[in-house]
Amino acid sequence: MNNSEYDRLMKAKSPGSPLAKDMFFAFLVGGAICALGQGLSLLYTYLGSDEQTAGTLVSVSLVFLSALLTGFGLYDNIARFAGAGTLVPITGFANAVVSPAIEFKPEGWVMGVGASMFKIAGPVIVFGEIACVIYGMVYWLFTMS
Amino acid sequence: MVTRNGKTLITDGAFIESFAAIVGKKEGEGPLGREFDRVYSDTTLGQDSWERSESTLLKDTVNLCISKAGASVRDYQLIFCGDLLDQCMGSSMAVKDFGVPVLGLYGACSTMAEALVMASVYTAGGAAERCIAAASSHFCSAERQFRFPLGYGGQRAPTSQWTVTGAGAAAVTCRKSSVTVKAVTPGTIVDMGVTDANNMGAAMAASAFDTLNAFFTDTGMSPEDFDIIATGDLGLVGSEMLRDMMSAEGKALSSSYTDCGILIFDREKQDVHAGGSGCGCGASVLCGYILPRVSDGRFKRALFAATGALMSPTSSQQGDSIPGICHAVWVEHV
Repeated sequence: MNNSEYDRLMKAKSPGSPLAKDMFFAFLVGGAICALGQGLSLLYTYLGSDEQTAGTLVSVSLVFLSALLTGFGLYDNIARFAGAGTLVPITGFANAVVSPAIEFKPEGWVMGVGASMFKIAGPVIVFGEIACVIYGMVYWLFTMS
Repeated sequence: MVTRNGKTLITDGAFIESFAAIVGKKEGEGPLGREFDRVYSDTTLGQDSWERSESTLLKDTVNLCISKAGASVRDYQLIFCGDLLDQCMGSSMAVKDFGVPVLGLYGACSTMAEALVMASVYTAGGAAERCIAAASSHFCSAERQFRFPLGYGGQRAPTSQWTVTGAGAAAVTCRKSSVTVKAVTPGTIVDMGVTDANNMGAAMAASAFDTLNAFFTDTGMSPEDFDIIATGDLGLVGSEMLRDMMSAEGKALSSSYTDCGILIFDREKQDVHAGGSGCGCGASVLCGYILPRVSDGRFKRALFAATGALMSPTSSQQGDSIPGICHAVWVEHV
């Protein structure tokens, strides 16, 4: 059996991801997180914040909640079903920073927590920054005139 | 005495006098939960790092295996052991205080079979009277080394396997006991170009096929001659592939064929996708489920063929394919 025949056999025997189910739960949980954010935004505005401050407070609240749930070991249990629903919102980013910070504590504060904290989130920051620069340049080019 | 026939070594005079298996909570809740000597519901084992937890798990298992033989650790001339962690520190830390010569092994999830190959050849060849073969894995120490932190919210692929928290140890001796190691077949590394680290069963299936094929050719036995043929941890995908390949070769595996990764968990209820994996998977199923049955005669003849995916996080990131290896151990009731 050569490699391509083997590859065909492997593909025939490997079950695919349940896409419909995964997308449904991602929509449900991701949507619920966004709805929670909107609810918090309305609450903060009601309590007297202006729209921009309320937006910042919503981000801070969601990041805090995500970190808290990660610390209690609950976030990954939700994410197991929610997939992209918990990954894409800001809560997923918080989880990606907090989980290695907890995990690598036995390696010490500097080389463990400090060095490993951005192991997963690091690439997101790097490529996020690059995307920002490209977007900024395009924006600048189109708004020059 | 050891004689060679093809790739297979006939280990005349190697016996297994005692064996022990200890597993973690999830494995204890699985279909084989009652078969293991001990189930530790606290998977930290009271340690402050997962690596130390794994070492403690293996140390306890080796100690239990020794006490079941009514021996003390100094009665053994050699320990063959291994695990999945960097530089095999999981097993080195476990046996460092025993004061017995150690030969550390790395065969990924095939390590228990590799250790038994070594122990049987050493005892049958007269280089040792009593030695120990042992291997371990721990879900939490493996996750942080090979995948993501425990608290990271990710979704697993349906083909992925769940690393078993467990350890197995077997004491091999030249004194007659109810279990003999008839022959062993050290495996060849087989690489079929699989690069998906989430489908290790598929990466390893070709090596299992290669070793089983060599074993049956060398020994003149056929799959029907065995009460159980258990591959290490091909899981659902790999074991299905192996069945297909063996059938095409005219050596179809009958209902006696199973896989340790499928036996140890309830795949649906325990959410482990394609099944269990890790050195501790084959080791604990062999020492907790197969050997007790060979010992009391419920299985007259058993073939344990543990498989290993010889990849590292570095080789994976560099895009290398995943070579597989499989070692076979033929044990029989005396």
